[in-house]
Amino acid sequence: MKMNRRDLVQGVAASAIGALAPAAARAEDGGPIRIGLLTVKTGPLASGGIDMERALQMFLKERGDQLAGRKIDLIVADTGGVPATARTKTQELVERNNVHCLIGPLAAFEALAIDDYIRQAQVPTLSVAAAEDMTQRHPNPWFVRATSTSAQCAHPMADYCARELKYKRMITIADDIAYGHEMCAGFQRVFEENGGKIIQKLFPPLTAPDYGAFVADLKTDADAIFLGFAGSNGFRFLRQFVEYGLKDKIQPVGGMTALDESVLRNMGDEALGIVTSCWYSAELQNPINQKFAPAFRKQFGYDPGFYAAATYVEGAVLEAALKTIGGKAEDKPAFMKALRDVKVDTARGPVSFDAYGNVVGNVYIRKVERKDGRLVNSIIKTYPDVSQFWTYDPKQFLANPVYSRTWPPAGNLEK
Amino acid sequence: MSRASLILALTALVALALLPFYAGEYFINLASQILIAAIFASSLNLLVGYGGLTSLGHAAFVGVSAYVFAWLTTHAGAGPAVAAAAALVGATIVACVFGLVALRATGLGFLMITLAFSQILWGLAYRWASVTNGDNGISGIPRFSPFGLSLDGAAAFYWFTLALCVIAFAAIAAFASSAFGAALRGTRDEPRRMAALGHDVRLIRWITFVYAGFWAGVAGLLYVNYNKFIHPSAMSITNSAEGLLAVIAGGSGTLAGPIVGATLIMLLKNYVSAYVERWNMLLGFVFVAIVLIAPDGVIPGLRRAAARIRGGRK
Repeated sequence: MKMNRRDLVQGVAASAIGALAPAAARAEDGGPIRIGLLTVKTGPLASGGIDMERALQMFLKERGDQLAGRKIDLIVADTGGVPATARTKTQELVERNNVHCLIGPLAAFEALAIDDYIRQAQVPTLSVAAAEDMTQRHPNPWFVRATSTSAQCAHPMADYCARELKYKRMITIADDIAYGHEMCAGFQRVFEENGGKIIQKLFPPLTAPDYGAFVADLKTDADAIFLGFAGSNGFRFLRQFVEYGLKDKIQPVGGMTALDESVLRNMGDEALGIVTSCWYSAELQNPINQKFAPAFRKQFGYDPGFYAAATYVEGAVLEAALKTIGGKAEDKPAFMKALRDVKVDTARGPVSFDAYGNVVGNVYIRKVERKDGRLVNSIIKTYPDVSQFWTYDPKQFLANPVYSRTWPPAGNLEK
Repeated sequence: MSRASLILALTALVALALLPFYAGEYFINLASQILIAAIFASSLNLLVGYGGLTSLGHAAFVGVSAYVFAWLTTHAGAGPAVAAAAALVGATIVACVFGLVALRATGLGFLMITLAFSQILWGLAYRWASVTNGDNGISGIPRFSPFGLSLDGAAAFYWFTLALCVIAFAAIAAFASSAFGAALRGTRDEPRRMAALGHDVRLIRWITFVYAGFWAGVAGLLYVNYNKFIHPSAMSITNSAEGLLAVIAGGSGTLAGPIVGATLIMLLKNYVSAYVERWNMLLGFVFVAIVLIAPDGVIPGLRRAAARIRGGRK
């Protein structure tokens, strides 16, 4: 944990004082801007959650804990990846610490659990969670998402699999959570519309101790398998997949978190050559990332991945918005409008938002290679300015049900 | 109840009723959550403490009641009052059915069957996405407004919860101290003798199971109204186990025990966790400490300590 004990004690003291004098803190205008980070530091999603905290702290430290001329107080809350706790922690950040905005949460179901509370309390929220409908059928006016929806990177990946890799028959496998369902659904839709067939769809439980049963069940005559895992599950699945000798039979490809940098560092040669898609790669060659990625690697000993980049990018969006409004985070409607109007260059490339508060930005097709002795996601193709609606018309897209286990229906499954 | 504990309870009640006047919004909400957890733990205590039936599936009734309320208000367009009544009926019916099967066993067998049942419902909540919305949960649930009073404010909801809580504790206390409660304790300590005396042991247990299920349903109703969101994790084994921990830590078979235990767990989980990163570990230490110092729970431990002090004075 890079937050050292003194920071923690100071933070505790500050928040305790904040709790004692909430009225005073609220009235004061020139004081620090308080940012609440909702992250997960315990449970199966913790590795990503800790990266979120590290990168955001790094972002703030680089700016001397100041954004738009005002001091920043960061208050970190651990939701444990449990919806009810996420809600309690959000209330704590808003009601006790009087935060001006929230960054996070990590998981889709956490975002859905705090959705109505954010509306009611009117807290600008820079989400990391990918829940589709938060920026689609039930758009939350207090929400911006600079990362992506679950399927935003799966659409181009499916396009790439069908058109460039010429796969015809594929399997999808993902964690049995909304994130996994939505990602695989988006992949299936674009892949099948480009002439491919999804012949098998598997959803192992998020906390499956062993993937043996699922690996043994795979149809070995498929061209490739799409991995939609989150956290360390992609790594665990792939290891068993290789142990069963399947890597020569079915080519694995992945979504935005399956071979994330945060798990790639634990992998070996079995990961080489696997193609994935994401809105970020530590290998990105833009001026911001050329500073960020090496600095992160130097401090923590591994490459930043999805979760680290997420809060680093959200930080850049926040800074740009605060600059527009001259640091007046108290004016919530103006703050929110500024957030949605942001156009800024970030570690992931240029970022802007659509009418629903979701990012329009580049999506990269990456391939695992060995470079300087470590595994990296080298960029092999860029899909510029990808929207959450892919190439579909937003109205038609939204007229369909939200992506799920059962929509779009899979008509090509083989028994 | 002795006069001392009656005075203590009344003082606590007054302090609780006045809480919104001296505590911030966050603490009012935290107190509401503690009260909800206390109702849940107290209902489980009927089974664990008085009936000697350790259940690891009690959160299922919370979930059933919460899901029925959520579904009826959001999908079926029912009013909150109708939905609330249906939720309680739903939880009670599920308890009737589960009780019939689970009570064929006692001890470990009972524990495993309740666990299995709650896991079935948990799985159903995940899978039956057309009704439960699966892993996305049901959101946008309105809070009920009894007699036209809006409960959207933190204080209003807290007072409502407190009132229900008092009713729940009174009802559970009355149940435990009645002749039926004595018979229940009899089935816990001497089931064969009770059977020989002509009591229908299974019927006594079944009625208790249903009654406990009903009050867990009340806790579920408050839970869903508080969160305005329901997710399958509400009936996960973690939630069932937390209730059980609250009962055991506070002192099973005592009225105040589950309340103390639930308070302890909720404070550690929601309040202390802001300051202590490894609060899970702290929770572990607290339980080890309780087991070492007062193996039968905080309340029996305090009682013994009080008796010792009084004894020393004489």
